[in-house]
Amino acid sequence: MALLTVENLGIDIHGIRPLDGVSFSVDKGEILGIVGESGSGKSLTALSVIGLLPLIGGRILRGSIRFDGIDLATLPEAEFRRLRGRRIAFITQNPMTSLDPVMRIGAQIDQVSMLHLGLDARAAQARSIEIMAQLRIPEAATIYHHFPHQLSGGMKQRIVIAMALAADPDLIIADEPTTALDVTIQAQIVDLLVELVRERDVALILITHDMGVVAQTCDRVVVLYAGRVAESDAVAAIFERPRHPYTRALIGCIPRDETAHGNLTGIPGAVPSVAHYPAGCRFHPRCPRRGAPCDHIVPVSAAMDGGLFACHFPENSGVAR
Amino acid sequence: MLSYAIKRLLLLLPVFFTISIVIFLIIHMVPGDPVDNLVRIGSTPEQKAVIAARYGLDKPLHEQYVIWLTNLLQGDFGNAIVMRRPVADLIAQNIPYSLALSGCALLFSTILGISVGTLAAMYKDSKLDQVVMGGILLGSTLPSFWLGLLLILLFSVQLGWLPVSGARSWEALILPVLTIGLGGTALVARVTRVAMLETAQKDFVLLLHAKGLPRRRIQLRHVLHHALMPVVTILGLRIGWILGGAVTVEYVFARPGLGTLLIKALSQHDYPVMQGCLLMLAIAVMLGTLVGDLVQAAMDPRIRHSMS
Amino acid sequence: MTAATAPHDHFWLTFRRSLAGKVLLTPKGGVAGAYLLVLVLIALTAPWITPYPFDQQALPLANRPPSLANWLGTDEFGRDVLSRIMYGARTSLSVSVTAISVSVLVGMALGAAAGYFGGMFDRGVTAAVDLSWSFPEILIALILVAIIGPGLHSTMLAIAIAYLAQFTRLTRAQIMGLKGETYIEATLSLGASHGHVVFRHLMPNALAPVIVCGMLATGDAIILEATLGFFGLGAQPPVPSWGAMMSSGSALIFTAPWIIVFPGLAVAITVVMINLFGDALIRALDIRANLREG
Repeated sequence: MALLTVENLGIDIHGIRPLDGVSFSVDKGEILGIVGESGSGKSLTALSVIGLLPLIGGRILRGSIRFDGIDLATLPEAEFRRLRGRRIAFITQNPMTSLDPVMRIGAQIDQVSMLHLGLDARAAQARSIEIMAQLRIPEAATIYHHFPHQLSGGMKQRIVIAMALAADPDLIIADEPTTALDVTIQAQIVDLLVELVRERDVALILITHDMGVVAQTCDRVVVLYAGRVAESDAVAAIFERPRHPYTRALIGCIPRDETAHGNLTGIPGAVPSVAHYPAGCRFHPRCPRRGAPCDHIVPVSAAMDGGLFACHFPENSGVAR
Repeated sequence: MLSYAIKRLLLLLPVFFTISIVIFLIIHMVPGDPVDNLVRIGSTPEQKAVIAARYGLDKPLHEQYVIWLTNLLQGDFGNAIVMRRPVADLIAQNIPYSLALSGCALLFSTILGISVGTLAAMYKDSKLDQVVMGGILLGSTLPSFWLGLLLILLFSVQLGWLPVSGARSWEALILPVLTIGLGGTALVARVTRVAMLETAQKDFVLLLHAKGLPRRRIQLRHVLHHALMPVVTILGLRIGWILGGAVTVEYVFARPGLGTLLIKALSQHDYPVMQGCLLMLAIAVMLGTLVGDLVQAAMDPRIRHSMS
Repeated sequence: MTAATAPHDHFWLTFRRSLAGKVLLTPKGGVAGAYLLVLVLIALTAPWITPYPFDQQALPLANRPPSLANWLGTDEFGRDVLSRIMYGARTSLSVSVTAISVSVLVGMALGAAAGYFGGMFDRGVTAAVDLSWSFPEILIALILVAIIGPGLHSTMLAIAIAYLAQFTRLTRAQIMGLKGETYIEATLSLGASHGHVVFRHLMPNALAPVIVCGMLATGDAIILEATLGFFGLGAQPPVPSWGAMMSSGSALIFTAPWIIVFPGLAVAITVVMINLFGDALIRALDIRANLREG
């Protein structure tokens, strides 16, 4: 049994249903990539797992989220809160805006260990400085007393990571942790995260739009498109023989040039908005391989060689168009 | 922090001089000869000459201003024409009443406004929120003098609980404070509510939730702190409005104070008194802005660091 | 569907999608719109529809409570309070609407010039605006009345000047925001004159927030007019104005409260309605962000 298993997840936000039948699992010591263009439902998946959907007026409609034997989908908020930050930690997209600007950063890290581990102020401070030092933050004891605006973006993201580690979590969800950072800093942060998983034996869900990052860091990957899983498999397998045309397109978009961002110029069109999901396979208007059933029949997930994909005309599978 | 305060204070100096020039010029902009406007009707030429010499009215305008300002800074506001006393005495006599009224009204609107606004934001779209929003609409649209009259009608005339007017006891303060305070409360509550709702959308609040902090603690400790910063700014800016409200309300309740003095001076064309009152009110407005800025700097390290 | 109803449906659809439809078909906007329409009609036709002439005195009938003959009672000279309130609508509306219109026009001109040309002119205007911004309108109005003397004309002028800062500031901010847009730069580089850019491209886009702001300020102006009238510095007797009516009535608060209660109620309801209408307008135009406090 994996640490976290999400099955057939569907959510509702003010009457719209941006996620439909999302399934994946991740285990300790493993890095799972969730990849897709913006609007594909990556961040909403993350919010569902940490139980913060109600903040944006959403709720879980169906499916289950099992975390170490607990069903998170039905867990009462009071109990969920004790899990959040303690066993499941979250790293947000933009470190520039993720820290409370009027609170010293040390105190922001302390909050977590004081709340969840019951440490007193002194012990919490010692612990926070220790974690900061482990994350290679220079002069941690000084930085501890700084305010967020006195730090650089990369340094702030390290602080956010320190907050995530403060209560020794089992699962970390990182939502595009490097998008807002400089390219050189991006690599440092990604390396830092990989190192954490290997050393501390935590599970990491890495949300990204960049297949290149997935290739470098992840063990397994889930490709989301318009709120549905297009394909999921081990990283090596998926790069070797992508089944879903969307996966292939994403791989084709990995920038050769280090400085370019992985925007999906290779795929014409854009992810449809939640209100205008097309019938059938949601990718069909943009799909080079589409055929007769694609615009009215939803493709069923098929398993093959340990991977899953949802396509009427998969590549590399012997099924002819 | 101290250097920040000094810098803000220095920035106010040009504002002070501009306002003092405007107030100084009133006497020259009203129709008629300035000397005639500064003496009692029926004064002898000798009396006029004394006044003219005192204000340097035969000298060029800029020298007159310097004389006027020098006198002011030495505490000499001139003599009231109709009320026949030094203006400084009149002001000194009236100012404590205005301070008590404005101070209490400010305290009342701040405390009640922040509490009500916070509650409305925490229970957004509930019945409570709707009631608060309705109250805010009424509180910010009812003319304050009419509200004052209605309160007199209800509490003094009908129920007989509180004095109608005057300033002899602390009970006499209740209705005026309520009258000004309701408008101020509406303003503070509106800004607090909007700022809370806006702050709640910020990334760092999401992360606070993700850290597992209790919702109430996030709202009251983190979100409220941020929401209070615009509230403080608005309050600093609007101390003038509270004073403006005090002018009206003092008149309605026949309370002594700068407002009553000003209205009296206006209707009697008593220009030195008018100038003195306006200058005091202007200084109060400037100090209000300054205090607002300082409180905000104390609350936000980014502002402190940007200036020093 | 029959052929006869088709144009009607078309009209209905067009109305519903138009700005007027978006405002008037909301509960708030509809009620407020209807009230304001009736008020304007009363103000326009007051001389013909009031039960009594506004200045008809009848001392034996002084200070009568509301009755069938005088629905809202009579004042200290036996004049009918209802008739005077209806006439007062004329004074209040004409003074506040005129004053705010002047203020909006001058403020837009100043703000547009300052925002568009920048430089010393902009700095001067901004300094003046910031200065008067921190002073309550009532104080500015009182200073002006001190200079030009009491009366309806000085009330109008005082209101116009007191609100000038608000419109100048808003227009300037709008123009500054729009000026950076690419299409403006493109138009200029194509050789368009400054006048063309300001009047054809910038002003139309800046107009909506300024109009809404002017609408809301008209409500404040009615209060300001009433306040000055209440101090005896506005409308002079026997011209009926809501504020002046309350001024003479405040001495009679014990014996004849209706003399102050009803004119005040007229002010209060009118201002609340103007605010509701303004809210509906803001929502229909979707410009809340442009008008935020601060």
